[in-house]
Amino acid sequence: MTAVRTPTLAAAKLVFQRDMTLAWRRWDEVAQPLIFYVVVTTMFPLATTPDLSALRQIGGGVVWVAALLASLLALEALFRADVEDGTTEQWVLSGQPLGYLLLAKVAAHWVLTGLPLVIMSPIVGTGLGLPTSVWGVLMLSLLLGTGTLSILGGIGAALTVGVRRGSVLLSLLVLPLAMPLLIFGSRAVAMQMDGDSPAGPLQLLAAIFFMALSLGPLAMSAAIRISVEN
Amino acid sequence: MSWTWFHKLASPPHAYRILGSLAPWFGWASLALILLATWWGLVKAPADYQQGDGFRILYVHAPSAWMSMFAYVVMAIAAGVGLIWRIKLAHAAAAACAPIGASFTFLALATGSIWGKPMWGTWWVWDARLTSELLLLFLYLGYMALRASFDDPQRADRASAVLALVGVINVPIIHYSVDWWTTLHQPASVTKFDKPSIQLAMLIPLFIMIAGFQLYFGWAVSRRLRGEILRRERNANWLREAS
Amino acid sequence: MDLQGFIHMGGYAQYVWPAYGLTALILVWNWWAARRSEAEALTAAQRRNELARERSS
Repeated sequence: MTAVRTPTLAAAKLVFQRDMTLAWRRWDEVAQPLIFYVVVTTMFPLATTPDLSALRQIGGGVVWVAALLASLLALEALFRADVEDGTTEQWVLSGQPLGYLLLAKVAAHWVLTGLPLVIMSPIVGTGLGLPTSVWGVLMLSLLLGTGTLSILGGIGAALTVGVRRGSVLLSLLVLPLAMPLLIFGSRAVAMQMDGDSPAGPLQLLAAIFFMALSLGPLAMSAAIRISVEN
Repeated sequence: MSWTWFHKLASPPHAYRILGSLAPWFGWASLALILLATWWGLVKAPADYQQGDGFRILYVHAPSAWMSMFAYVVMAIAAGVGLIWRIKLAHAAAAACAPIGASFTFLALATGSIWGKPMWGTWWVWDARLTSELLLLFLYLGYMALRASFDDPQRADRASAVLALVGVINVPIIHYSVDWWTTLHQPASVTKFDKPSIQLAMLIPLFIMIAGFQLYFGWAVSRRLRGEILRRERNANWLREAS
Repeated sequence: MDLQGFIHMGGYAQYVWPAYGLTALILVWNWWAARRSEAEALTAAQRRNELARERSS
């Protein structure tokens, strides 16, 4: 009798759906990064000035920094539960291309953390004086940026699984790599506000995203194998 | 073509001996070149038209910056070789490069900052090169922190190797993004600083210093790598017979 | 360049000398740390050898 092999896409979908279902049961964990996001963006006016025209100067940057930090918060626990209960080992042994399964997991994580940040960004942006005209660019840049960050964070999380106080180490590893995203993302918003075309930085963000999408799963599966096999 | 020399190089006892005999040559040559470059740069080279004798800091700043990037690339290549071909010695070499590279990065930042004070009026300026060096320092620190967080040496080797490879891909991206970021706000003083009128007479000590630093790097890595080999080859027979 | 000029560095002495001093410090520190790292590993290895020899004799 021939063994039936699950097609990779179906396997990836299973991983994705499993994570979504698990998150649905613990939605408070999903809400935490979002709340953190709003709290951090509130800190900046309190720390500087309530004057919206002054806040507008750095508003794009503040929204971006807050989004990066909030995403990082959620990333440390990305693989922890799966490594602990042996699910990751099953993935490695499954014969499926590990990169696809991990990408599915990262995708689920992004839908639960990155996407809400993108949707909330006009609201927190308004609080920092950003005009309606930049909402589109803000959301598009964050869409690409949080997506890239989820992949970079996935690599970092895979490397640091099981490490004591791994979240600080993870931030230390991922943030320097995320600085180009920050530069291009916040600059796109600023250029849109000044009336210049943000096409340049947006295209660069897209290029970085696609590079992360193609090379990221390779690095992630190498990292997971290292963490699981030792 | 015979690859035996390559395989022999990857053998710890062989590498231990070779590094032991190479190191003194690297060491003395680097000392001579660094001293020569220091004298040449501080005394013989003519003063700059715009910056006077202050520009002489170039002779320690630029070689440090160069070495900081060189060391990172060497570290990443060694880590990659170790990861792909599973050669433990390569992992040991990567580990040896890290603290040296990080020191050079710190030195580049410090000398750059010191140079900036008389030239730009502040101790720090967010220009492309200094900002890139700062991010490079973060990459080094992250690498060393990751290594230190594992008790299992094999996991430490391989995890930090993945990180080094991801980092080295990012280095050009970081450089480009920071460069682009600063060109939007290019203050006039920075442009003046960017292009001092460099004549050949001023470049010679720079090249000698870079050569000296390279040999110094070779010496330091050789010594550290020998230490790593001793630590990693704990119960190997060749060690027992050697001493 | 005479000795006075050498020390004075055209008015930039307070920047040039700390920069070169810091460089010397870093180079010396790396020299010392590399030698120490190797020496420690060597003594540890020698100690392990002696213990092994004692145990086997």
